[in-house]
Amino acid sequence: MAGVRAHAQVEAGVAKPHESRRVLITGISTYWGGRLARALEADERIETIIAVDSEDPSCELQRAEFVRVGNQHALLRRIVDAAAIDTVVDTRLVVDSATTTPQAAHENNVIGTMNILTACAGPASTVRKLVVKSSTHAYGCEQDDPAFFTEEMPRPHAPRTPIERDIVEAEAAVAEFAERNPAVCVTLLRCANVLGADVSTSHTQLFSLPVVPMIAGFDPRYQFVHPDDLVAALEHAVEHHLPGIYNVAADGVLAFTEVCGLLGKRWAPVIPPWGTGPTLAVLRRLGLRIPPEMVNQLRFGRGVDNRKLKATGFTYAYTTRETVLKFAEHLRLHPVLRGAQEPYRYEREVEEFLRWSPSVRDTEPRLDPFQVRELQRLLASYVASEGEAAGGNGEPAGEAAGRDGEPARRDGDRAGDGAGPA
Amino acid sequence: MDAPAATLGREAPLPEPADLRRLLPGVEPEREIDDWGRSERVEALLDRTVLDFAYRYWFRCEVEGIEHVPAAGGALLVANHAGALPPDALMIAKAIKEEHPHPRPLRITVEHFFRGYPGFSALMPKIGCVPAHPANVHRLLHDEQQLVLVFPEGRKGTEKLYKGRYRLRRFGRGGFVEAAMRAGVPIVPVCVVGAEEAAPVFAHLSFLKRLTGLLYVPLTPTFPHLGPLGILGYLPAKFRIRFLEPVDFGPDHPWEDKAAVQMAAHEIRARIQRELWKMLAERRSVWLG
Repeated sequence: MAGVRAHAQVEAGVAKPHESRRVLITGISTYWGGRLARALEADERIETIIAVDSEDPSCELQRAEFVRVGNQHALLRRIVDAAAIDTVVDTRLVVDSATTTPQAAHENNVIGTMNILTACAGPASTVRKLVVKSSTHAYGCEQDDPAFFTEEMPRPHAPRTPIERDIVEAEAAVAEFAERNPAVCVTLLRCANVLGADVSTSHTQLFSLPVVPMIAGFDPRYQFVHPDDLVAALEHAVEHHLPGIYNVAADGVLAFTEVCGLLGKRWAPVIPPWGTGPTLAVLRRLGLRIPPEMVNQLRFGRGVDNRKLKATGFTYAYTTRETVLKFAEHLRLHPVLRGAQEPYRYEREVEEFLRWSPSVRDTEPRLDPFQVRELQRLLASYVASEGEAAGGNGEPAGEAAGRDGEPARRDGDRAGDGAGPA
Repeated sequence: MDAPAATLGREAPLPEPADLRRLLPGVEPEREIDDWGRSERVEALLDRTVLDFAYRYWFRCEVEGIEHVPAAGGALLVANHAGALPPDALMIAKAIKEEHPHPRPLRITVEHFFRGYPGFSALMPKIGCVPAHPANVHRLLHDEQQLVLVFPEGRKGTEKLYKGRYRLRRFGRGGFVEAAMRAGVPIVPVCVVGAEEAAPVFAHLSFLKRLTGLLYVPLTPTFPHLGPLGILGYLPAKFRIRFLEPVDFGPDHPWEDKAAVQMAAHEIRARIQRELWKMLAERRSVWLG
């Protein structure tokens, strides 16, 4: 053991880089899978990104390849072997029971994890690195908790809610995998609750209410993480050699009332401290879903120590307070922007055409849809101000959009109506 | 498998303690509440309205040996504990604020049961109370270099009856010595005289305890017959707080050594007990000092 520890060295507080070339991302239908795939696409050192899920991807993929798989690990194993995958990132864990049924969550969290681990295991496997996104729900929330959980602290009590049981079970499976496959660098990221514009969790829903309900007599401590930081942490784990468990949570632990204050919300201690369960059952009927794993958090709160990850050279872009302020911005903008952006819909034929058709011209580096839109807007204003013939200047805009991927093309069409003939 | 894995098979070594201290989250000046839940606003409010009056006029606290509280760095204050809902912790915190040349905030460790009581759970962190968990104490003492107050007698101290006043109970399992040795900070023993008489406990009402599910339900001069707030009905006993000379273990004391820990704990307990008896012998009146 000591030899292994000495081997896995962290020098001068910064982890050494890890050679990841061929990455497989599971759970591309989740927000995290999509965000990570987009982030890794921008990294030129990564040759191949394969995204698997049983459902459609949640966002536009540019060079990542999507493969739809069921839950059978045999299939996944074949993909891993065929593509000589060296890094598997598992972003698929369900950590909020309000998003799905307990049965589906169990199937996904426990059986799914088992299947993925099976696909990576074995002496012949090409996998050298496994990154698993888990949740700080693994620690639970009890009254005799420490104020800051560190990674090596065991959970003081057995889990009581289905989702916590699933997470604990999945983590145990990952630990067993790490034990049996010492050649694989296993990173487990325990992420705090996320608060962000594009993510819908039980917490974002709670804080979106006009008046935020609380359990009377309790003011729990809350720590959040910004979605950008979480994606950056996943990317950091892919890029660096980080064997072990790491907490991912922003600096700063806020009191619940402080969070409400920053969001500009009123809070109401209306949930009784005794008989909380039946009251929440009634509230659930009325449309306020507070999942069981959140009840104890609303009572006792939770803080985690994020210094182990920071010691590997990772820096957070947002503190908890800044995360909450960002979310407050979103809440203020939301009524204005609602419905302005269509959700992405995966269309297989279109994606395949764009990827494989010889008619698609794809020599230029791709532009962000946002950049394309900006460019077109600038060009349009230039055309208008110069008062020249629109035909001559309209062409580059059309071409820029044409060279880009499918989404940009859609944007290009929309903008093209105003800019002139494309 | 019930407990989650605390480690994965092949782990990177933990960061160095010096690194951990460097990596502590920075203080955000815009915030009124710190990471432990302490609220300056609530604390100042309580100080203005209640504590100042109690310290100056009700208990007429007299403080000796304040120079033994270090002006910088972590230190563990160890005191005797008494009274139904003991006022001694807040008076010690106030004494440091009032008398010390470099006033510092004091973290008071409390039983984690209080986190389960509605009202207390919200209020206690706001005024600087921290659940007594070894990890909390270590982080405060070692990483944050703060002053921490512990009552090693714990519940046994507050549960003791008036007839057993100023007789120290067992000092836990010596966990406080272990915490100080591990963090490499000194222990400052503190003796408080007066708290026993300010909130004497005559008996325990076990049927009410069972009925309410509280930690204990004491019978005091004003509680429970004057209602729940009667628990705050302190008698105006004269308080005398004496800080004793610190015990310094040095930076690299072997804190895993149970025998050394027990011996040190025993010694500190004996010192506080001796000093308490000395103070009691000097005291002429419970009310006037």
